[in-house]
Amino acid sequence: MKKLSARRRHPLAAVVVLLLALLFSGGLYAVFAPTTKAEADESAQSLTIEEGKRLYAVGCASCHGTGGQGTSDGPSLVGVGAAAVDFQVGTGRMPAATSQGPQVPKKKNIYSQAEIDQLAAYIASLGAGPAIPTEEQYGPQGADIAKGGELFRTNCAQCHNFTGKGGALTHGKYAPDLEGVSPKHIYEAMETGPQNMPSFPETTLSEENKKDIIAYLDAVNSSKSESPGGLELGGLGPVSEGLFGWIFGLGGLIAVAVWVAARTAKAKKS
Amino acid sequence: MSSQDIPEENLPAEQSEQTAGHDEHGHGALSPADEHPFADPGLPPHEHRIQDVDERAAKRSERSVALMFTVSMLATIAFIAAFVAIPVDKSVYIFPLGHISALNFALGMTLGIALFCIGAGAVHWARTLMSDVEIADERHPIEAEPEVREKVFADFKQGAKESALGRRKLIRNTMFGALTLVPLSGVVLLRDLGPLPEDKLRHTLWSKGKLLVNMNTNEPLRPSDVAVGSLTFAKPEGLEEHDHEFQNEIAKAALMIVRIQPENIKDKRELEWSHEGIVAYSKICTHVGCPISLYEQQTHHVLCPCHQSTFDLSDGARVIFGPAGHALPQLRIGVNDEGYLEARGDFEEPVGPAFWERG
Repeated sequence: MKKLSARRRHPLAAVVVLLLALLFSGGLYAVFAPTTKAEADESAQSLTIEEGKRLYAVGCASCHGTGGQGTSDGPSLVGVGAAAVDFQVGTGRMPAATSQGPQVPKKKNIYSQAEIDQLAAYIASLGAGPAIPTEEQYGPQGADIAKGGELFRTNCAQCHNFTGKGGALTHGKYAPDLEGVSPKHIYEAMETGPQNMPSFPETTLSEENKKDIIAYLDAVNSSKSESPGGLELGGLGPVSEGLFGWIFGLGGLIAVAVWVAARTAKAKKS
Repeated sequence: MSSQDIPEENLPAEQSEQTAGHDEHGHGALSPADEHPFADPGLPPHEHRIQDVDERAAKRSERSVALMFTVSMLATIAFIAAFVAIPVDKSVYIFPLGHISALNFALGMTLGIALFCIGAGAVHWARTLMSDVEIADERHPIEAEPEVREKVFADFKQGAKESALGRRKLIRNTMFGALTLVPLSGVVLLRDLGPLPEDKLRHTLWSKGKLLVNMNTNEPLRPSDVAVGSLTFAKPEGLEEHDHEFQNEIAKAALMIVRIQPENIKDKRELEWSHEGIVAYSKICTHVGCPISLYEQQTHHVLCPCHQSTFDLSDGARVIFGPAGHALPQLRIGVNDEGYLEARGDFEEPVGPAFWERG
């Protein structure tokens, strides 16, 4: 025992303890695991969690606390689920800049999808929460675009505008434009409610409903969506259209009227 | 441009004389210009356009005008051709506009060109070929000739005398009475514009025991369905979208349901009327009745998109910004024996904007 105690400060001690702990938990699981398949998954899973914990300590712990319990600079991440991590990190919102304004903006994502999955696995291990949706859940197969439009106008349009072009909220906060946001991230945002967006969990907005909404957004607000009238002016509705009409429409008419009545070119200078 | 700069041959005769006199007599001498310090300077000299002096230029202008009219004709033909040839549902990509309807674009373009070229041709014609000599047209007094005025006044006086309106007072007074009363029939007809609102503004479909039905799934809500930070819209049980009165009823009964941690609810009555932190508020803004549901789940603020009235849902939906005059009405809710959320009565105050008789 003394021999072991003497080596407890050895640089590799932590690793050895960790490995032993992993072996122990893995071993315990092997004993209690219902099937052999789950056993394989779980040991891979615990490695992923470890990797995620390492990434977390570097990129997230300064604000969210060393164990995800949250600090004055960032909320607790216990129970937010893997879906929240995948959304926040995948859209580049997290890690946020130290001095952010009223809202953390979308920016370039600096993590690979594998790293995001590791981080998500670690956060999910802190407390149960929504999992990362599969393509089957958010994919376009079998979605009802018309129903999606109805649901979007009931639940989302008040902030994100009728075709998902976004809009302003209080004190500099805003609902972002949804063009170009991947279906997975839209699904996760509805599921988890990032920042000031309310969540629309499974219990009030079913998986099928979410799929319909995503299909609707793909139809009206993507690079391939049609705009039969052309010249949308941002799709913001009467404000931008009125502004354009008054300034460019009427302004153009006045300019032409002035030009028509102006002196014509003369044969010689007086 | 002062009159001195104008070559003399271009000035009106009188003006030219005045200027000349002034120049000849010099300072201090009595001249017609001194008698009229604000004399009419007359029109500036007329200058000829290239087209007025050069027949070749005029021909060029004529050809340009004719070209524009011809383009207009071609565009009209193209309009008809596009109308016939392009299918309604064909979509094309045009760079700054995106994916747009080919038919709309073609019809708009050709009709626009056809109309524009007629206008542009006419303007070009007027500016380069029609006469551009300035013409002054004197104004005439608007007063009628004295003889006409005299005749009209005399006729009026004679008419007044012959009608004996001043002498027969009974006729005059009854006529005034009749003329005053006649418009009343028009005022009375206004009553037929619609039924009186009676107490419809004070009541909604909500009543004791009515279940809260999720607008998305059409299923009654259970407390466990409503997560903290989520936003749900509900309608009263029994109101279906195909109902004749659906729009009228939902416009008053629309409900916004959020869940706030009970310890974060500041208003005592709000907490009492909630169920485990689930609060139900009217979705209709108390300013002018816009549907209001821009809910920020971290601040619990609800913003109205029309005039930016902001309500704090954690403090009795108090108005914290904007023109709204009342807090959003709260619906008292509870749970029935089967575990579903139900209303414990109607809203206690009228929903939506204030009205005259509200007090």
